Amino acid sequence: MPRIPPRYTQTFAVSILAAATALTLAVLGFIIGFVLEKGLPVVGLDFLLSNPREMGREGGIFPTLIGTVLLPLVAIVIALPLGVGTAVHLTEYTRESRATRVIRFGTDCLAGIPSIIFGLFGFIFFVSALKLGWCVLSGGLTLAIMILPTIIRTSEEAIRAVPYSYREVSYSLGATRWQTVAGVVLPNALPGIVTGVMLSIGRCIGETAAVIFTAGAALRIPRSLFDSVRTMSVHFYILAREGISSEKAYGTAAVLVIAILLINTLSYWIMHQFLAKRSR
Amino acid sequence: MAIAGRQVKAAGEKSVQWILRTVAFSAMASLLLIAVFILKEGAPFLLRVGPRNFLFFSLWDPQNGCFGVYPMVVASVWVTLGAMLVGAPFGIAGAIFLAEFVPAGVMRVIKPTIELLAGIPSVVYGFIGVMVVAPLVRDHLGGPGLSLLTASVILGVMILPTVISISTDAIMSVPNSYREGALALGATRWQSVHMVILKGARSGIMASLILAMGRAIGETMAVIMVAGNTPRLPHSVLDPVRTLTANIALEMGFATGLHRQALFATGVVLFVIIMILNAVALSVMKRSHAE
Amino acid sequence: MLSRFARCVSGFVGLIFGVVALLGCGGRRTAITLAGSTAFQPFAEKLAEQFMAMHPDISVIVQGGGSAVGIQAALSGTAQIGMADLVTLPPEATALTSLVVARDAIAVVVHPANPIQELTSEQIRDIFSGKIRYWSEVGGPERPITVVSREAGSGTRTSFEAIIGPFALSPVALVQDSNGTIRETVANDPNAVGYLSHGLLNERIKAVGVDGVQCTTENIMSGSYRIVRPIFLLTKGTPGGAVKMFIDYVLSPEGQKLIADSDLIPAKR
Repeated sequence: MPRIPPRYTQTFAVSILAAATALTLAVLGFIIGFVLEKGLPVVGLDFLLSNPREMGREGGIFPTLIGTVLLPLVAIVIALPLGVGTAVHLTEYTRESRATRVIRFGTDCLAGIPSIIFGLFGFIFFVSALKLGWCVLSGGLTLAIMILPTIIRTSEEAIRAVPYSYREVSYSLGATRWQTVAGVVLPNALPGIVTGVMLSIGRCIGETAAVIFTAGAALRIPRSLFDSVRTMSVHFYILAREGISSEKAYGTAAVLVIAILLINTLSYWIMHQFLAKRSR
Repeated sequence: MAIAGRQVKAAGEKSVQWILRTVAFSAMASLLLIAVFILKEGAPFLLRVGPRNFLFFSLWDPQNGCFGVYPMVVASVWVTLGAMLVGAPFGIAGAIFLAEFVPAGVMRVIKPTIELLAGIPSVVYGFIGVMVVAPLVRDHLGGPGLSLLTASVILGVMILPTVISISTDAIMSVPNSYREGALALGATRWQSVHMVILKGARSGIMASLILAMGRAIGETMAVIMVAGNTPRLPHSVLDPVRTLTANIALEMGFATGLHRQALFATGVVLFVIIMILNAVALSVMKRSHAE
Repeated sequence: MLSRFARCVSGFVGLIFGVVALLGCGGRRTAITLAGSTAFQPFAEKLAEQFMAMHPDISVIVQGGGSAVGIQAALSGTAQIGMADLVTLPPEATALTSLVVARDAIAVVVHPANPIQELTSEQIRDIFSGKIRYWSEVGGPERPITVVSREAGSGTRTSFEAIIGPFALSPVALVQDSNGTIRETVANDPNAVGYLSHGLLNERIKAVGVDGVQCTTENIMSGSYRIVRPIFLLTKGTPGGAVKMFIDYVLSPEGQKLIADSDLIPAKR
């Protein structure tokens, strides 16, 4: 059989890839478009800054904005150091052994535990047993445990992707292991770690089941870490689920989409600045 | 003076090691806590009823003491496989295309947009499923619309951002020397991708698939809205199904006593399924590394 | 001589501590938590809003979770007041003091294009148990019936099944977990039939008459519409202090008027 010139296989393969990508982007674009089309008409400064009235049928969503910022923040503050520290320990400070393989396997499995189980765990452990009640702290701790596997796994992949030669150079200059890790490995692994953090923040913001069971659904601005709070996802869920107001629900979703876009763009810009300064 | 300096350095080094070990240990401990929690609540039930009766019995009727989760196990497995069938090929194809065949500037705009989609609440996907996808399935393919197929499609779309962004990172982190080496040997772009780069990015891509699979199995809210939640064995992809997660979510709010234990036992089953799936993925990866 | 990286990290940590410190100093007023029935949750929120406007030193928080969560939260003390929308309270609730504060009617709904206007209780029973499979058997078009129900622990479903007569739900029925999603499902499927809270009716679905009685506010108030269930507020022991003040408000003429204005039925006629 005559061999097909690689030129042609390339054109064929690339066009399939392009088609698949186009379809994917089209579907994802449709979702964003759907949410914005149904929700943007409702969004305005008033919507963003005023409090909800009539169970959310009227007024705005200001308290939920606070909740949506606060919960992932608490979760990341707890999970990021724990996750990156664990990843560093696993890759740099221990040798590849049975124990590390078991730990990695366990972490992957825990990434698959349904969020509802985290919610139940959080409810039974933090809300009831530790008597924290429905509050920001319960929610943040539960979300932290939920995103921990993702952060560990993506940080680990990012750290391992840093070429060994970088470390060799650092050691040959007399640096200690920690100096190498902090000064060379981690900064170079930063893009991958940030991806993991972005995905985790995304998951926290979109999380509904785990949040309702632990942070509750109070429609007021929290005065302390021990107050209950509602996030925008929970607000969308309650508005849509109980049929209170479709427009406000989609308005909430539209605000969510825009907020996440801003967060992502901002962090990429920050990281870009950070990396650009380094390479000088 | 130099010796004292070295001792301080060594002491600092030791304390960092100690800190990291504690951190890793507490992370593992909290993850272990969850596993223990599920087991503690669900194991007594499994021991009493017996896993075989629980898993292979087809009737779920808690009011009358019937706790067979077989239809739910089948549903969870099929929905996840369906989601991977939808999400993995498109996700990996998209990642390859974006990482290798698209200019960096365009990529810098597209990638954050895709990661953005990971933040859309699952209930929004669920609503779009109910309002757009389910009627399409019902009108063109039959059945009630809320079905195994709809759930797979929606889940597949939901895991796309995870697969694409992590796989793109993995492909981009393959050292340029690999690419240059392949091109220097006369390979076309595509040849260098599928013969060299993909092998180099393999572990990262597998990681993305495992994380995506985990997300698909664990998804509750969106699936509840589009799968129909009928606790019965599906005979075709157009039949309504109830997954294990949906079962827990729908009934946990009011279950007491034996019923509640049965739901936690469902959690244990989920955990075991996830372990099996991960073990399979691991052995596949090991075999391909050995080649 | 800290590296740039270390400086960034310490800045980040400092910011976190600042935020936490600011928030940690929140003062707490007297706080009451209600938890339970998601059907009553929006109305409880509304009552809480009005109550807090009158009593600025008391804060009332409303959570959901479902009737059973309400009962358990009241029993364990996680919430001071539990909300339940069941026709009869389960045995574990006998340890709690219960008060009826409102009533809610359940409407049987179909797609607006469905020509059926009326059904008897027996027809409804047979449709939901799966004995009647086609709309033509009750005077409609030659199309299969898609039954949509709430999940097994829903107060709405338990009450519906108790009132319409004991029956086992058809094994092929679709199950959705809230009034809103049942409404969406029925609104999008011409073959569907379901049931939901009367207060959620809108132009996208149609309520059918039951035994000759339409599901209107007058018929519900007069008692001629049968499918009605009570809403209970449950407390551990006799209510006192702020809890008593809130419950008294709900049962007061203003509270009951608020309930009536929101399309719910007040406890007292």
